[in-house]
Amino acid sequence: MTLGAIALRALIVGFIVSFAVITGFAYTTLLERKFLARLQHRVGPNRAGYIPLPRRGRSERKLLGGILQPAADAVKLFFKEDATPGDADRLVYNLAPMMAVIPAILILAVIPWMPGFSLFGAVFEPYFAIAPGVNVGVLFILAITSIGVYGVVLGGWGSASKYSVLGGIRASAQMISYELALGLSLLPPIMLANSMDLGVIVEAQGPFWGEWDLPFVIIQFPAALIFFIGAMAELQRHPFDLLEAEQELSSGYNVEYGGMRFGMFFMAEYMKMVSLSAIFAALFLGGYYGPIPFAADLPVIGLINMLIKIILSLMLMIWIRASWPRFRYDQLMAFGWKRLLPFALANVVLTGALIVLFG
Amino acid sequence: MIGMVEALLKGMATTLKHAIKPPVTIQYPEVKRPVRYRFKGRHALKRYDNGLEKCIGCSLCAAACPADAIFVEASENSDEERYSPGERYASTYEINMLRCIFCGYCEDACPTEAIVLEDDYELSFYDRASAIYTKEMLIDPVPEDGKPTPQETEPGKYDRSIPDMENPQ
Repeated sequence: MTLGAIALRALIVGFIVSFAVITGFAYTTLLERKFLARLQHRVGPNRAGYIPLPRRGRSERKLLGGILQPAADAVKLFFKEDATPGDADRLVYNLAPMMAVIPAILILAVIPWMPGFSLFGAVFEPYFAIAPGVNVGVLFILAITSIGVYGVVLGGWGSASKYSVLGGIRASAQMISYELALGLSLLPPIMLANSMDLGVIVEAQGPFWGEWDLPFVIIQFPAALIFFIGAMAELQRHPFDLLEAEQELSSGYNVEYGGMRFGMFFMAEYMKMVSLSAIFAALFLGGYYGPIPFAADLPVIGLINMLIKIILSLMLMIWIRASWPRFRYDQLMAFGWKRLLPFALANVVLTGALIVLFG
Repeated sequence: MIGMVEALLKGMATTLKHAIKPPVTIQYPEVKRPVRYRFKGRHALKRYDNGLEKCIGCSLCAAACPADAIFVEASENSDEERYSPGERYASTYEINMLRCIFCGYCEDACPTEAIVLEDDYELSFYDRASAIYTKEMLIDPVPEDGKPTPQETEPGKYDRSIPDMENPQ
């Protein structure tokens, strides 16, 4: 395949995947609101759009209430007044939301969605992704997720408000503290699969059936745990969401933003949630080889497996949000540096030793 | 460390246990919760069984109102055009719902028990002019065996403004 053909294919696939994930982001917010509501004895949004089921003689049943809520939210955000604070650094203020969103979309490039297949003459090998076969996929993910914090910090700094600056500072400090543990938790899967290519890591976890291939969450439970904790810290989600601790900072780095500029921060957050869930699925849960067998024969099953895993991981994050209190700042730092980092290091050393000994 | 993990898992089990229970939400516009016995909602102007209005336009409610929300203008009754027993009736009765604090002092002040705070709490408006509730909006409908006001009545039957009332039980 020529370079041009590769670029064109990446462009088309990239468009489709980005579009799907942006829709997915919208429905992630709905999932969060609905599931969180259920955990708190509430109903959640159920007004905007539903499928009416007329029943003879009785009042109609409403199915999937709130299905259009994300659309209503988007319309609201687009038409809201978008005021810029007087003292804001205009360039930075306008640039920050974009700098938050772009890395969130860029992470999608290396995520494997389906096993390789060919459709109408176009061959997707070795697996279906925007950029399949990138042999530094894991490094790429680490680099891009770290860039994401620039949007947050610059947004906090550019809006010339002490609360947003404090939120931004907290974000960067938290990111630095947990990035290390996150990076170290990625090493065991890399060592086990002997590759940084996410597709190869997924293949190493095998189709589960028949052979002795297990998802890395079973072989490497500590690494999976550290990755999940680190991912939640990276996403600034509960219980690590103290950069937008309402009680202290009202809403943190985005307090001066309104309208779609705020919406972009929001979008970045939820898209990173989706993409980190996808990475978690690929690295530890066996990617597209999942609960439903025969993914290797029928690639669509691979996509369904991937979606199941992403949704389960999202629901776990929401469940945690409903259950746990927030860390105090010193607790956050102590947990990151004194517990998680040594644990991750020990895990890497132990895994490495075991691979060398029994390899 | 073990204790911490145990506590965290216990917290998650608790939330999951509550996820199975049905939501406590009342679907408001479709399902309305009945109000309490002594709830103070929108005011209503009452009528006697024969359809005559209880309000005699004395303005005691307006005087009692701490928020100055009530405006009453009285006019003379006559036997040909009788609205209420006695000399006078309220030709204009307006309550500004933006001022009203629903304290119920008007209810206490009323000598004929004409104004009562009822259970309607759906008071919302798009502009300030529509926040003023007029007599037509406040007054109760005519009872079944009564006649609408103004009524033509026989002279001398309704010269007493304030009815005989019993002590509260």
